[in-house]
Amino acid sequence: MSEISANLRTDAVIADPSASGRTAPGRPAARPQRRSRRRAMPGPIVLTALQAALFAALIIAWYALVRSKALPVFFFGDPVLVFQQIVSWFVTGEIFVHLATTLIETLLAFLLGVASGIGIGLWLGLSPLTAALFDPYIKALNAMPRVILGPIFIVWFGLGIGSKVALGVTLVFFVVFFNVFQGVREVNPVILANSRMLGANRRQLLTTVYIPSALSWVFSSLHMSVGMAFVGAVVGEYLGSARGVGYLILQAEATFDVNAVFAGIIVLTVFALVLDLAVTLVEKRLIVGKPKS
Amino acid sequence: MTFGLQPEAGPVRMPAPVGDLSAHAGPPPALLFDHVSVRFGAYTAVNDASLHVGDGEFVSIVGPTGCGKSTLLNVAAGLLEPSEGDICVYGRSLEGINADAGYLFQADALMPWRTALSNVITGLEYAGTERKAAERLGNEWLARVGLSGHGERFPHEMSGGMRKRVALAQTLIRDPKIVLMDEPFSALDVQTRVLMENELLQLWTTYRKSVLFITHDLEEAISLSDRVIILSAGPSTHPIAEFRIDLPRPRDVAEIRMTPRFVELYHQIWDAMKEEVLKAYERNQRKLAD
Ligand SMILES: Nc1ncnc2c1ncn2[C@@H]1O[C@H](COP(=O)(O)OP(=O)(O)OP(=O)(O)O)[C@@H](O)[C@H]1O
Ligand SMILES: [Mg+2]
Repeated sequence: MSEISANLRTDAVIADPSASGRTAPGRPAARPQRRSRRRAMPGPIVLTALQAALFAALIIAWYALVRSKALPVFFFGDPVLVFQQIVSWFVTGEIFVHLATTLIETLLAFLLGVASGIGIGLWLGLSPLTAALFDPYIKALNAMPRVILGPIFIVWFGLGIGSKVALGVTLVFFVVFFNVFQGVREVNPVILANSRMLGANRRQLLTTVYIPSALSWVFSSLHMSVGMAFVGAVVGEYLGSARGVGYLILQAEATFDVNAVFAGIIVLTVFALVLDLAVTLVEKRLIVGKPKS
Repeated sequence: MTFGLQPEAGPVRMPAPVGDLSAHAGPPPALLFDHVSVRFGAYTAVNDASLHVGDGEFVSIVGPTGCGKSTLLNVAAGLLEPSEGDICVYGRSLEGINADAGYLFQADALMPWRTALSNVITGLEYAGTERKAAERLGNEWLARVGLSGHGERFPHEMSGGMRKRVALAQTLIRDPKIVLMDEPFSALDVQTRVLMENELLQLWTTYRKSVLFITHDLEEAISLSDRVIILSAGPSTHPIAEFRIDLPRPRDVAEIRMTPRFVELYHQIWDAMKEEVLKAYERNQRKLAD
């Protein structure tokens, strides 16, 4: 038992960066007081302009270094060609089937991972004996770099969508599982006692106390779960597939087309950012009663 | 949901007479602690405590901090089984949760993911009451505790006093015959507190619940109660004295504190308590010194 809770701690630490990433937008409110002590922060528009300028500078440096032969084009690509590759993917429409594949894999992995994580997290959280029994196995599975399961999943589920989803599920599952497990274990005992005094039976305690309490923990890890599902999908594609953005990169690499590799990486990054934004929007709609202060 | 435990059913077990129990020789008391002891491992929190709350009576328990007041209340609620002794509810030995009792906890007990209205009707929801009817009653109760129009607020959008009101409505909407209250107002500022105490008295006068009220504020105990029970300092807490409060009703908790009879009662009870408070204080000092 104590071992599982030890894992929880690690997990919480991992989950932290995404949490702090989310609180960052709120920070400007606290800024005025700082202004007097530190160097004045620029306004948001100026900041965005500076960020764009930095981006442009990096691209230009890249371009200059490659064109002046300071860096070999063969290994570092050419930003202009990378850009042309991206444009041509979208103009020909070739990219869409790959984007759709990766998106579907990510969503399926996310949904199945969340569902199984909630189910098993509730089960083990409510049954200390079972949790104690499974403890060493859960510890081992969590410690294992689960990406190496990819080849086995390809053997089991083939080169299609199934193996990618399976890999994503194993990644998402543990994030959700540990959060639900912790949520169940740390249900406020006063709320629990209050519900019992209000006449709740066991099933009602589960549906009105344990599950909502555990869900508030799941919400806090949504960003990470979606990220994990995405990693599972892309890595799965990269290990062997016939479709998907990971497959595009794999194919480009096989033909030593470094420009297409970079183009694929950029598309994936933008994809990930859009996914994260979507999660933020969903989150805003779902989290109504702020569960934790 | 069974509100079961009808008083006429089952054998009536009368305990050895305690205090002025003989006055209640007729109907069984709402709540009876019969030589109750509670041990946590080697630590004896409560030792041989016997007390009762008559039907419709407002009884306060006063005792130094950490003496075992919440423990006693948990026993009465059926959340904690006594190591020895028995709890009788309307003459029937209690098993499991006390279905006749509502419990207002010392700490915040509202569900943070539910609105005020939804929190208030939680008990009705458990009992399977139809949603529309439950909401209608819930809004009535919100109005009764002075919160009409705030039903859609979440607990984190309310002040501590508002949350206590919601909790009060949540408890009383189920119409429990017995109400257990654990220092419900200790976290509130003095003004809000007086306000809530008066409201509580009004509700009590209207609905005549049997109330077991815990506090470590002697003034609060005297101004609200029919009877005040003093607990000894822990460990091995037990009642050491009890006082009938013969102040006239209806009372205004702020005004009644100025009356000579109140002051007289206060001094009387305080004399009985002083020793125990000093004991508890000394023990704390010793603990800090260690
Ligand atoms: N579950 C428990 N396990 C072990 N000891 C406990 C437990 N619950 C209470 N105690 C101990 O029993 C004693 C009485 O606790 P209790 O909470 O009943 O005090 P209280 O009178 O309500 O205090 P306060 O006025 O601070 O609310 C304390 O010394 C406490 O440490
Ligand atoms: Mg207490």
